[in-house]
Amino acid sequence: MADLLTPQLNAETPAPDWLQTRRLAGRAAWESSELPTRKTEAWKYTSLFALQQPFMAARESAESAEELGLELPQLAGSRLVFVNGFWREDLSDIEPDAAIELVRFSEADRTQAALIAQHLGSVVPGNKHPFSALNDAVLADGVFLRILKGSKAACPVQLFWHNSEQVDAAINSQRLLVLAEQHSEATVVEHFSGQGHSFTNGLSELILTAGATLNHSRLHLESAEALHVGGLHAALERDATLNSFHVAFGGKLKRIDIVINHQGHGAHCQLDGIYLLRGQENVDYHTCIEHAVPHCTSDETFRGIVGDKASAVFNGRIHIHPDAQKTRAELSNKNLLTSATAEVNTKPELEIYADDVQCAHGATVAQLDESLLHYLRTRGIPANEALVLLSYGFINELVEKQRLESLRDYLKPLLADYFGAALAADSDDTGG
Amino acid sequence: MLSIKDLHAEVEGKNILKGLNLEIREGEVHAIMGPNGSGKSTLGHVLSGRPGYEITQGSVEFLGKDLLVLDTEECAHLGLFLAFQYPVEIPGVSNMEFLKASVDAVRESQGASAYDTVGFMRRAREACAAVDLDQAFLKRGVNEGFSGGEKKRNELMQMMLLEPRLCILDETDSGLDIDALQVVASGVNAMRSESRSFLLVTHYQRLLDHIEPDFVHVLADGRIIRSGDKSLALELEAKGYSWLDDGEVA
Repeated sequence: MADLLTPQLNAETPAPDWLQTRRLAGRAAWESSELPTRKTEAWKYTSLFALQQPFMAARESAESAEELGLELPQLAGSRLVFVNGFWREDLSDIEPDAAIELVRFSEADRTQAALIAQHLGSVVPGNKHPFSALNDAVLADGVFLRILKGSKAACPVQLFWHNSEQVDAAINSQRLLVLAEQHSEATVVEHFSGQGHSFTNGLSELILTAGATLNHSRLHLESAEALHVGGLHAALERDATLNSFHVAFGGKLKRIDIVINHQGHGAHCQLDGIYLLRGQENVDYHTCIEHAVPHCTSDETFRGIVGDKASAVFNGRIHIHPDAQKTRAELSNKNLLTSATAEVNTKPELEIYADDVQCAHGATVAQLDESLLHYLRTRGIPANEALVLLSYGFINELVEKQRLESLRDYLKPLLADYFGAALAADSDDTGG
Repeated sequence: MLSIKDLHAEVEGKNILKGLNLEIREGEVHAIMGPNGSGKSTLGHVLSGRPGYEITQGSVEFLGKDLLVLDTEECAHLGLFLAFQYPVEIPGVSNMEFLKASVDAVRESQGASAYDTVGFMRRAREACAAVDLDQAFLKRGVNEGFSGGEKKRNELMQMMLLEPRLCILDETDSGLDIDALQVVASGVNAMRSESRSFLLVTHYQRLLDHIEPDFVHVLADGRIIRSGDKSLALELEAKGYSWLDDGEVA
């Protein structure tokens, strides 16, 4: 394994004490942890081989949005833009909103710093996730979003993390901490993009206190060369509601761990996800829904379309603790294979230690339904266009469920283009 | 317009159509009736090129072209429309997106320019109103969660927008209440013209009270065993299919 820590340490900037403490703890945890191999059950189908190369520290970029090829979605509301891990004030846009505090760690005031120090890492067990420890070890300019008690944010908050094309593979870390105070409500969109073959370690923590509602999305729309090992960890207190939506285009290495902890009675989580792979791309979603207390509900739906020689992994774990009576947990993972050489490894994993629960799960791997294809063709739609329409429909069902209209409006043409582009490539092949 | 000669077809090795002959000229409305299992639905599926149906003998010409060598979408481009007995549901694709893709594809094949989005939406809304469906159905997934009657109206709406030359209605009346039946019938009647033909496949005479056919055929065991005018349908209704059971051939 290449040294993932040193290049980042070399680029380290001075940090306040509370941050430095966490760095050192992360460093110790990283150094004492062993990186998973394919013999590790949770990494059976995803190789970290792509990380066995020298990485450079990420370099600050002064390129304009145009030079970077940035297409920032118009979601309205505040937007923080980071390029190669560095904040870009010129590309960012902060809408004043009395309901929220949105700051970078480096500019946190005393109260905010205390809150960050108190909550950061509180829902991520560092010893279980070496990449979380690595993220801690090099913590620099993370983002802290606080939604104030009883307030509702007027507009969505967008965090845009972009890696520019660089000759040498760079490595960088991103960190987000959301603290939704009691009975608050907000919408946050995390968006990863990039053209290069950089390695990103993106870690997000969502803390929803009693009665809070958070609508969260995490988009992995990086290039096919991108390397990303990331995590999302959420804690839901009493009657909190988390709606979390995930989209991933395939990459050389893309592994995302999602852990949702139901810690208070009446908490609810809706977790939806889409992954789209072609070429020789990979995506590996490992989700874990922890039900530790009674009367919580979770509803999880992931759908993937896998073509060419791509390979997807979906592992959906539901863990219902002995005390978590009256839990209702549902999990569905449907996959569409569009080529004979595509691969999906899907595994629902239920561990139930309470006896009075409702739990349903299902996973399918299939090809497109011939009868649907036939129906569209009887209406004059050529077979290749019908395939595109049906593939789009398969995932668009989940997009349509999302509450944020501007996000739906952003994603729908993007996804249509994705399939359109695949179609054009196909006809090039047959033409050539 | 449509000329079927000695058509034999099988599904999973089982002979279903065993020498079917049928001639439909421009502007005519034909009804095919028959008991369950006589091959009524198979005829529609074969003409639409549904996978799994193998033609072992015979010929089908549509507007002078050999229909059996055409792809399904090419049949549609020529002006063949099949209203399904059980239309499929396609969640995630809105009715409007689907209708636009369909009409665009057919118009493009015919060398006509595509409607602009606003113009198309207006036409779609008009068609929606004509089949007495709420406009909200245009935004929903294709047939997703529609009742049986709503699905049939949706088929009719597609037929109106595509303006086909030959419309095959496969048991469109099954599962319809009397109001929906009247909506479908008046839609079909409004579309009747000298250049457009219809083939109504039905089990019951009731549809033919609302759509008056020029010819009625009885299909049994894969062949048309009797043809006549609309009075044949009334006779069948009164006497039942067993009336023709004694090997009587038209």
